[in-house]
Amino acid sequence: MRMNGADAILRSLEAEGVDVAFGLPGGAILPLYDALARGTTVRHVLARHEQGAGHMAEGYARASGRPGVAFATSGPGATNLVTPIADAWMDSTPLVCITGQVRSHLIGSDAFQECDITGITIPIVKHSWLVQDVEELPHVIKSAFHVARTGRCGPVLVDVPRDIQEAEFDFSYPETVSLPGWKPPRRGHERQILAAAQAIAAAERPILYVGGGVLNADASEQLRALAERGRLPVVTTLMAKGAFPERHELHAGWPGMHGPKWSNWALNKADLIVAVGSRFDDRVTGKVSAFAPGAAVVHLDIDAAEISKIRRADIPVVGPLQPVLAELTRLVGESLRPGRTEPWLRQIADWREQFPLRYRRDGDMLKPQLVLETLQELTAARDDVVWTTGVGQHQMWAMQYLLCQRPRSFITSGGLGTMGYGVPAAIGAKAARPDATVVCVDGDGCFQMTQQELATAVLEDLPIVVVVVNNGYLGMVRQWQDMFFEERFSQIRLTHAVPDYAALARAYGAEGFTVENENDLEGALAEALACGRTAVVDARVDPREHCFPMIPAGAAALDLVEFDEAATLSVDEVTA
Amino acid sequence: MKHTLSVLVENKPAVLMRIASLFARRGFNIDSLAVGPTERHDVSRITIRVDCETSPLEQIEKQMHKLVNVLRVAELVPGESIERELVLMKVSAPPAKRAELMALGEVFGARVVDLGPDSIVFELTGPPEDVDSFEELVRPHGLQELVRTGRIGLGRAHRPNRNRPKQHVLA
Repeated sequence: MRMNGADAILRSLEAEGVDVAFGLPGGAILPLYDALARGTTVRHVLARHEQGAGHMAEGYARASGRPGVAFATSGPGATNLVTPIADAWMDSTPLVCITGQVRSHLIGSDAFQECDITGITIPIVKHSWLVQDVEELPHVIKSAFHVARTGRCGPVLVDVPRDIQEAEFDFSYPETVSLPGWKPPRRGHERQILAAAQAIAAAERPILYVGGGVLNADASEQLRALAERGRLPVVTTLMAKGAFPERHELHAGWPGMHGPKWSNWALNKADLIVAVGSRFDDRVTGKVSAFAPGAAVVHLDIDAAEISKIRRADIPVVGPLQPVLAELTRLVGESLRPGRTEPWLRQIADWREQFPLRYRRDGDMLKPQLVLETLQELTAARDDVVWTTGVGQHQMWAMQYLLCQRPRSFITSGGLGTMGYGVPAAIGAKAARPDATVVCVDGDGCFQMTQQELATAVLEDLPIVVVVVNNGYLGMVRQWQDMFFEERFSQIRLTHAVPDYAALARAYGAEGFTVENENDLEGALAEALACGRTAVVDARVDPREHCFPMIPAGAAALDLVEFDEAATLSVDEVTA
Repeated sequence: MKHTLSVLVENKPAVLMRIASLFARRGFNIDSLAVGPTERHDVSRITIRVDCETSPLEQIEKQMHKLVNVLRVAELVPGESIERELVLMKVSAPPAKRAELMALGEVFGARVVDLGPDSIVFELTGPPEDVDSFEELVRPHGLQELVRTGRIGLGRAHRPNRNRPKQHVLA
């Protein structure tokens, strides 16, 4: 069919089954927005900032399992997408970014709003295309989706000069793509899987160390089958939260810098670590040379480049996790000695009893941990809640206190640690899951980085609940300055009161609640969750509270620092 | 330790940048780089000489494999591959010195490709080590300008499969 490049982009997205795209128009992408106005089945959500659009697309992808799509114009529009692209790169989130570019003949001339976005993003995309001929556009879009969601998921970028968007051609969408250099593994090596099964069967203290790859592979069922078949404890990383039901008896918590002591002990004292779609991130291992010193490692991953990158894998299996886990489960079942892991499971359960998460309620000020505990209690009976977070203390408390039973119910920025991720990611998740109650647990620092997207939530009818764990500080930085920089607090004070988050929410047409003490907490949270509109709960919490336990940077995971009942909180003023 | 990688790539824009970026992000310096066509018009070969430890290099190779436009990555192992380099060098050659220099060139099989009143331009093709030696011997005579192509290489004829990608991981 005869059409221009912009229409061809939309027809291609429709053919890919894209139902929502997030973006913000501008000069170089005007033809695409004109095509949107002429009609498409793709819903466009208008963000207030391209970074917001990018994180929305990420939230959409993480909630749905389908690639998220973001549009931006050339120059600053495109550079504003760089943070979400880097975020998607680090967390393996399938993301297709389509940017406008200045007209082909102007490229390289420093034209208005020109920037080399394909060049800028080279280190943080799986692949990118600068479209040079409208005829290649359908193949490029098809390839972009194919690359984003096959192998290890991740971001791709398609840069389309304005004249290409305007050029007419005969459109037809290809059935297949030809990418001779793109060969993600199709299956795991049989002998390796057998070796892994034998290692699991022989281990006294095995543990499944599960990462976000399980969610990307939609392999939660297969994971659960393996854990149950082998009676194997499971720790889930921040990125894998929800990949294994967190109230399951075999769930052994969350390893890493702010994971509970019992979880870190379980991982570090194992004699066999089965890494499943995880990458031995420094936030999980602590000091690598002291990490799990007695463990052999089985590493299952779709990405060969992760094998032995940080920790040498004794038995690597490179392949898609669904069939690999299924085959492994079958083989483990064959060689199982019943009851062999029971003492180990009892040991972990003992540690769990012995080292619970602790904090102290002292009446005067609302404790941040109580905000998360209350949120957990209020939603415990529901299976429709999707959480998003920003980055910092609140994120770690969310990891510790919220129990996620389902895949794709906890969406956070792990690898890049992008403050401001929570609100737009929540909007994207809501677009993917209109039936869900989407709750963003945010920090006051994070919230102020992307709060403008409240307008998007309200006007696009994508209601989200934002709980601002407001300690008036850049809390995680405060914690580090307190613990590691001799309490020299430097440039971290945000204050509890400026801005007034509830009033700000009302200014955006959302509901606003302010909570300053324990008595008001549950009521406000319950009301916000039930109101069906976008709501912001400003929970003003004790800024002196640290997130424990903690593995200090560079320390061994086994040397984590716990909450100390006897310690006094630091003495700097508490500002309300 | 020095390594030579031979990378077959689709002949597409920015492919060199994508590969170079894997070295640049780690702060590794590329000693030499040669890019050119192959027996297939749509495929180019990039030969990279780099000084780095084996373990990060393996990581880089695996990451290179993941690049959409990269078809094959192989390390050229000394003894199992042929490596060559071409050099052009302009050397000061006043008439009194000319005969001595030309004799030197003959030993190495260097050709005189240009001759001026005060200088000679030599061309030498050979194993990079020979090029190094010749350069060293000529330098005291007054090396005015020099250009080397960077090394290129192929697996040896009797081991035709040696040039295939190394299988790092049982996959």
